Amino acid sequence: MTDFNWNIVTDLRDMWQWPFMRQAFEAGTIIAVVAGIIGYFVILRRSAFATHALGHVGFSGAAGAVLVGVNPVYGLLLFTMGGGSGMALLGRRAATRDIEIGTVLAFMLGLGLVFLSLYNGNASEVISILFGDIEGVSAAGVLLTLEAAIVVLAVLALIYRPLLFSSLDEDVAEAKGLPLLALNLGFMLLLAVAISFAVQVVGVLLIFALMVTPAATAVQLTKRPLYGLIVSVAVALFSIWAGLFIAWYEQYPPSFFIVTISFALYVAVRSGFALSRRFVRREVAAPNLDAAAGPGSV
Amino acid sequence: MSALSVLSPSRDDDSIAIRANHVQVGFRNKVVWHDATFEVRRGEFTAVIGPNGAGKTTLFRLLLGLQRPSFGSLEVLGAPPRRGNRRIGYVPQRHTIDNETHVAADALVRLGATGSRWGPGFSYRAQREAAAEALDAVGASELGSKSLGSLSGGELQRVFLAEAIVGNPEMLLLDEPLSNLDIRRSRELVEVVHHLVQSRHVTTLLVAHDINPLIECLDKVVYIANGHVATGPPESVLTSSSLSELYGVPVEVLHDSRGNIVIVGGENPHEERGRR
Repeated sequence: MTDFNWNIVTDLRDMWQWPFMRQAFEAGTIIAVVAGIIGYFVILRRSAFATHALGHVGFSGAAGAVLVGVNPVYGLLLFTMGGGSGMALLGRRAATRDIEIGTVLAFMLGLGLVFLSLYNGNASEVISILFGDIEGVSAAGVLLTLEAAIVVLAVLALIYRPLLFSSLDEDVAEAKGLPLLALNLGFMLLLAVAISFAVQVVGVLLIFALMVTPAATAVQLTKRPLYGLIVSVAVALFSIWAGLFIAWYEQYPPSFFIVTISFALYVAVRSGFALSRRFVRREVAAPNLDAAAGPGSV
Repeated sequence: MSALSVLSPSRDDDSIAIRANHVQVGFRNKVVWHDATFEVRRGEFTAVIGPNGAGKTTLFRLLLGLQRPSFGSLEVLGAPPRRGNRRIGYVPQRHTIDNETHVAADALVRLGATGSRWGPGFSYRAQREAAAEALDAVGASELGSKSLGSLSGGELQRVFLAEAIVGNPEMLLLDEPLSNLDIRRSRELVEVVHHLVQSRHVTTLLVAHDINPLIECLDKVVYIANGHVATGPPESVLTSSSLSELYGVPVEVLHDSRGNIVIVGGENPHEERGRR
C-alpha cells in the first residue's frame, strides 16, 4: 500500500492494482446506480420503513443461508422477495402499514437469532451481513450483482411511467386502468433485489444510508423526476467511492465512511436549504402574499 | 328495459353523455342507492350533491368502470363503462400528494397524458407543450415549475384539473374539488371549471357538499340521498317538495336574498340510517 497523495488518479490506480479493491469499486458502482434509482421511488412511495424492514427480514434469510452453507445473497433474495410480496399483497397502502410491517420484522429478526445460535461457524460472516463487507466481494459476486442490476433496471425502465404515476396519484392511475397491485408487487420485488445486493456494501443495519438517504438528498435538490434519479445515483456513487477511497488509508471499515458521507451530504443539503429558505422568506414574504391573494384569472 | 331503448330515438344517442336506467349499486348486501334513471347530455355541467356517505363517489366509480351496477344498465359516452377510458378525465377526492412531495407540478400534469404508457419515455417537447397548455387552460401556467408540496389547496386543485384535461377528455369527473377551499377560492375554481365546460364542450360532473358556489353555472343536479337519486335542473330538484320526497321526511329549501340555498331537515334521517 502506498501513502495518500493529492493526485487522486494515481491513488485510484494504486488501489485498483488489488483485485479485491477493483471488485469493491465495481460492485459499489453497480449498487449505487440501482440503489439511487430505486431509492427515489422509495421516497415517492413513502416506503422508507418498508425498506428498512426488508433489510432486517433479509438478515434472517442471510443467517439461514449461512447456516445451511449457501451464499447469503440467496437467503437474502428469498426472504426479502417473500417479505416484499407479502407487503404488496397486504393491499395498496401496505407500504405505509408500519404496525404490520414492524410486527413481522420483529418476528423475522427473532428467527434470524435462532439461525445464528444454531450456527457455530465464523462470526465475521455474520458481522459482514449486519454491516456489509464490500471489500470481500468476489469476481463472481460482481458478475451476479451486475446481472441482477440489469434485470432490475430493465424492468424499471419498462414500468417507469406507470410506477411514477401510481406513486404520485394512485386513484387517477387506477381509473386510467393501471394495475396497481401488480405495480406495487413489481416494485416491492425490485426493492427486494436491490436491498439483497446493497447489503454487500453496507449490511442490513445500514441499508437506509444507501437505499433512502441519497434519494432523500436528491429530492431536496431537484423537482424533476429524471434529475432526481440522476442526483440520487450521483450521491450514492459519491458516497461509495469516497467511502472506499478513505477506507483505503484509514483503518476503519468502508461501511462507516460510506454511511457517514451519505449522512453528511443529507445534512448539508437540508441545513443549506433551511438557511436559504429563511433568508429568502424574509426577502419575498410581502410580494408572495400579494400574489396569493390576487384574483384567479381564467 | 328493451322497451325503453326502443322508445328513445336513436338519433339522440350522440347528444347523451350518460344514460342510467334503473341503476342500483351496493356493496355485498347493502344497497347504496337504487332505481336511478337519468340522462346527462353532452356539454352539461352537473353537480352531484348529497350528504356524506350517500354514494356520490360511488356514482363516479360506476362511471369509471371501477365498480359495476348490481342492477340496471349504464352507458357512458355511448358505451358501457370500462376502466381506463381515456375519454374521461378524473380528479379523485383522495390524493397521495402532501407537502413532502418534491415533484414539479407539470411532471404530474404530463403523467395525466402519458402515465399509463409503458416504457421510460422521459420527455418529449409535445408532452411538455400539452402540459403547459393544460395548465394555461386552468389559469395555472405559473404553477408548472413549482413543487407539488409547496402548493396551496386551491392551486393543487387547478393542477389536478390540468392533469385531468391534458388528454382532451370528453367528460370530466371532479370529486369534491371544493371541499377544502374557502368560499372565494371555491368560486374561483368553479369559474375555471365552468370556463372549461363552455370552451371545450366537456361534459362535467362535480361532486360537492354545498351547491351554493355552483348554482349560477349549473345545467343539472344529481341529488343523492337516503338511497334515492333525483335528477333534473337545479330549480326543479332543489325544492322543498322534491327533496322531501327524496328523503321521505319533510325537508325545507330556503332561499336568502342573494340566491343562496339552505336545505333544512334532510340530513338527520340519513344519519340515523347510517348509524344502524
